[in-house]
Amino acid sequence: MSETFQLDGAAVPFEPGQTVMQAALAAGHYIPHLCYHPEFKPHGSCKLCTVKLNGRTTASCTLPAEAGLNIESNIEELNALRRTLVQMLFAEGNHFCPSCEKSGNCVLQALGYDLEVHATGFRHLYPDRPLDASHPDILLDFNRCVLCELCVRASSEVDGKNVFALSGRGITKHLIVNSASGLLKDTDIALTDKAMEVCPVGVILKKRVGFSQPIGARRYDQRPISAQALDDAPRQVDASGNCKTCEDAS
Amino acid sequence: MSKKLRVATTSLAGCFGCHMSFLDIDERLLALLDLVEFDRSPINDIKHCGPCDIGIIEGGVCNAENVHVLHEFRKNCKILIAIGACAINGGLPAQRNHLDLGSCLTEVYLTEPGLAHGHIPNDPELPLPLDKVHPLHEVVKIDYFIPGCPPSGDAIWKFLTDLIAGKTPELGHGLIKYD
Repeated sequence: MSETFQLDGAAVPFEPGQTVMQAALAAGHYIPHLCYHPEFKPHGSCKLCTVKLNGRTTASCTLPAEAGLNIESNIEELNALRRTLVQMLFAEGNHFCPSCEKSGNCVLQALGYDLEVHATGFRHLYPDRPLDASHPDILLDFNRCVLCELCVRASSEVDGKNVFALSGRGITKHLIVNSASGLLKDTDIALTDKAMEVCPVGVILKKRVGFSQPIGARRYDQRPISAQALDDAPRQVDASGNCKTCEDAS
Repeated sequence: MSKKLRVATTSLAGCFGCHMSFLDIDERLLALLDLVEFDRSPINDIKHCGPCDIGIIEGGVCNAENVHVLHEFRKNCKILIAIGACAINGGLPAQRNHLDLGSCLTEVYLTEPGLAHGHIPNDPELPLPLDKVHPLHEVVKIDYFIPGCPPSGDAIWKFLTDLIAGKTPELGHGLIKYD
């Protein structure tokens, strides 16, 4: 019998070493997140997964699970903060969903849908961020980058290539390509790299396959991200090897 | 029966796609007409907006005339709704925002192939373009936003019927779209 913590009043079991996010997702409890990915070390930068513990806010993706924690997540106070974070990300880049081939499969967009974000409400920055179309098979559209570092992490940790990095600080922080020319064509990135799969938004795109899925058949057309993220997460199995949450969901 | 709500609609820097989607509520338009009557709108071609309960505006603000029309709506409408991607974040017209307006006009009217004798339009009747395209909320206070390019007829119907019923409009999965 594993120990538990409380999440919005529900008992969540956890294994030693798990974070609150990992244990919550494994037990079928959704906490909104953007820079967290089950296959990578937590980054703790997007703050979408912020929860409340003892009256203080903290990122649940980096918070170690402990017995007896009493955590609040799905409350209006936090969802309002999450909405504001999503709005600021939209206002900071150039996110024109109707002309983006990631639309329908985009995590930022799906979070906006799930949090009922109808508009940004902020003054849009409309930054000038040129594309990198130098690579024969891959397009980089920096206009949509949310600085989650998933491509940076995937390229260094999984692909062993270090193709991407973040440069600059504060509002001038931006994604760069690690080559002498700064262009993607001068790196050893390949279509089969993990870095090609992980971009939550429409920055890293395979050429010549855009808009191949019809509207209605895209990832978040069918199910909201709050349901989809639970399907994607590694599930907790009990001693008999059965996963109760999976059975309930099927 | 209580007095009908008066509704005005217009398109600024938009494509009228949101208005077409509004017509996509189909026969529910008749049910809507039991509840509202139209002031200025492309539906009846009234040219200026009088006192209204609800104003619905499609498109962003890209020129001087857009600013005047938007102010006329804000002055006359108790509730102002931005409808569609362009009204909410500038949309497609705002994709010129990171470029210099002068160089845009030069490229389109002077240096493109086949425009050797072209000139930048300067008829006094043409409203002057603004340096940048602005979402509506950067110019006046907007009370509600219906996202989508365009929002579906079902989304528009849900939003308006919620609002008319005095509820906070909610779209929910399937109706809330940014594309």
